[in-house]
Amino acid sequence: MPADNAVRVLVQGITGREGSFWTERMKQYGTPIVAGVTPGKGGRAVHGVPVYDSVEAAWNGHAPDTSVLFVPPPAVKQAALDAIGCGLRRLVMLAEHVPVHDVMEVLAEARERGVEVIGPNCPGIVVPGRYSVGIMPAWARNMFQPGTVGVVSRSGSLGALVCLDMVRAGFGESAFIGIGGDPIVGTTFRDALQQFEADPGTQAVVMLGEVGGTMEEDAAAFIPEMSKPVVAFIAGTSAPEGKRMGHAGAIVAGTRGSARSKIDALRAEGAHVADVPSQVSVLLSRLLGE
Amino acid sequence: MFVEEHPAKRLLTEGGIPVPRGELAGSPDKAAQIAERLQAPVAIKAQVPAGRRGKAGGVRFADRPAEAREATAQILGARLGGFVVEHVLVEERVSIARELYAAVTNDAARACPLLLFASEGGMDIEEIHAKFPDRIVMVPLDVRRGLEAPQAHTLLQRTLLPPPAQEAIGDLLVKLYRLYRKLDAELLEINPLALTAAGGLVALDCKLVIDDSAVRRQTQIPVARLQGTSLEMRARAEGLLYVELEGNVAILANGAGLTMSTMDAVTFYGGRPANFMEIGGDAYKKGEVALSIVLGKPGVKSLLVNLCGAFARTDVMAQGIVRGWQQLKPQIPVAFSIHGTGEEEAIRLVREQLGIEPYEEMDDAVRAAIDMARPA
Repeated sequence: MPADNAVRVLVQGITGREGSFWTERMKQYGTPIVAGVTPGKGGRAVHGVPVYDSVEAAWNGHAPDTSVLFVPPPAVKQAALDAIGCGLRRLVMLAEHVPVHDVMEVLAEARERGVEVIGPNCPGIVVPGRYSVGIMPAWARNMFQPGTVGVVSRSGSLGALVCLDMVRAGFGESAFIGIGGDPIVGTTFRDALQQFEADPGTQAVVMLGEVGGTMEEDAAAFIPEMSKPVVAFIAGTSAPEGKRMGHAGAIVAGTRGSARSKIDALRAEGAHVADVPSQVSVLLSRLLGE
Repeated sequence: MFVEEHPAKRLLTEGGIPVPRGELAGSPDKAAQIAERLQAPVAIKAQVPAGRRGKAGGVRFADRPAEAREATAQILGARLGGFVVEHVLVEERVSIARELYAAVTNDAARACPLLLFASEGGMDIEEIHAKFPDRIVMVPLDVRRGLEAPQAHTLLQRTLLPPPAQEAIGDLLVKLYRLYRKLDAELLEINPLALTAAGGLVALDCKLVIDDSAVRRQTQIPVARLQGTSLEMRARAEGLLYVELEGNVAILANGAGLTMSTMDAVTFYGGRPANFMEIGGDAYKKGEVALSIVLGKPGVKSLLVNLCGAFARTDVMAQGIVRGWQQLKPQIPVAFSIHGTGEEEAIRLVREQLGIEPYEEMDDAVRAAIDMARPA
């Protein structure tokens, strides 16, 4: 579980506009950012964070365990492989439009070395009150409060909406994990359910899926093994077949990837499935009695 | 991105995989000339970036040039899979001893390439799977190691095909895999793959889908024709993602997940969404054009604006929409729901500039937009 680690964060692509902007935000929130990397720009500092030319140089001085990648899509593969090669334990790949073959190469290497990869095309992780790695507005107190509900979402915008609703209903998050909207991502719903099940600080899990692929169906099979309730919402019930709905992974092909198939699989395994996002908090209140 | 058969087969040839002799024709006369030149019975195949052409009548056979002219006249101009047929591929017919199936595709669940081969072909892989489950070889591959000939040959042993055929197919699979990697393919499928009487292999059809995220580095591949309504095409030209639907409640929202959820909520509360239109990311600056597109669909009766800011700021998105609204002055009722990053400023803008009070709850905004779309 993310919350269990004392994180030491590396920012790859720290000198870019986005990298620099979010480094300041993450630091202000209290995230321990120990170093940054931009090839050719070593020696300077960004918001007080020392910048190095390579992951290896940053690793030698600071031993980071988590890297967040603010690098453009064509550079993601090499940046990720550098981080894995140096021994980082967890990567957050934010970029959209990373070629899928590159993602497969990164994931193959990560799997072999037991490295966790979140994303690509994801908003990152927030552990309220502790740290934020990515581009969610962790500082928004109406969205993120320390609590006991684990939230995992393919979408940042839908995740934000449900978190706002939850906080208003009196809940807080043990962690928010944005796993990303691409057809192939590292951490899956099933992985997140396993992490939340193992996390003593989590009492219930909210899972926000969407049309496309079979990740939700695969996760459903794990629910009977869980001691904690799962509340789910699947976006795209009204999505037409054969059209990509914004995310590269959000496409229904025949009956494959349809919202119906996911909702049926989740209900069959005991998940509580909301019809609209606002029902998620209602279901949580019923389950956790708050 | 779907690549049409003719350019896909050119790429196969470059990768060392044989295809039938053939040429593109844009007119019946040209088709007849090609048939004449080939001196053989031909197949006339509609060229559109979509599958299942055979079942839709997009493939005909002709023994003589005159028949080729006639068949081409029937196919050209027809609509297949949403595209008008502008060209046909006129191809020599190959005498087939056996139809096979070969493909490499992305296995999303295992996050690796998946090699598929079947000693039966000419039908969908799903159908082959249902009818001949024991004749399919389905193997996940390590993307870092790829596929080499010894592994391919071992995999084919269980097909019980004659050893010389196994040898040739194994070599072909290695070439197919290399092409899949080189082209950043999501799917590279040869179906049917013909085993000829002489023992050769020929790719009779080819389905190639390139990963959209990799199109920029695949400069050798011709950009596909795009399909869509005129509003969808206009949105695409503006860099916006818009999908036209059947209903009358127009939708503007940010982020793929929230936009889909907004459509779902409209449907859940008894309304009919008119579109998917995402204005997150860089598209927030395009509020005016996004508005004009969603309101441009005939029969739209109300507009629902649902913004939830995370990293995207609702105040910046609202600015674009307010400016667009002031310039377009649409005569249509609108319901706003605004939450998340920048919400105070965004709500103030809408209230002060448009004189409209956003709803506190998304569900109330959804229900209001549905009510406003109902006939008075």
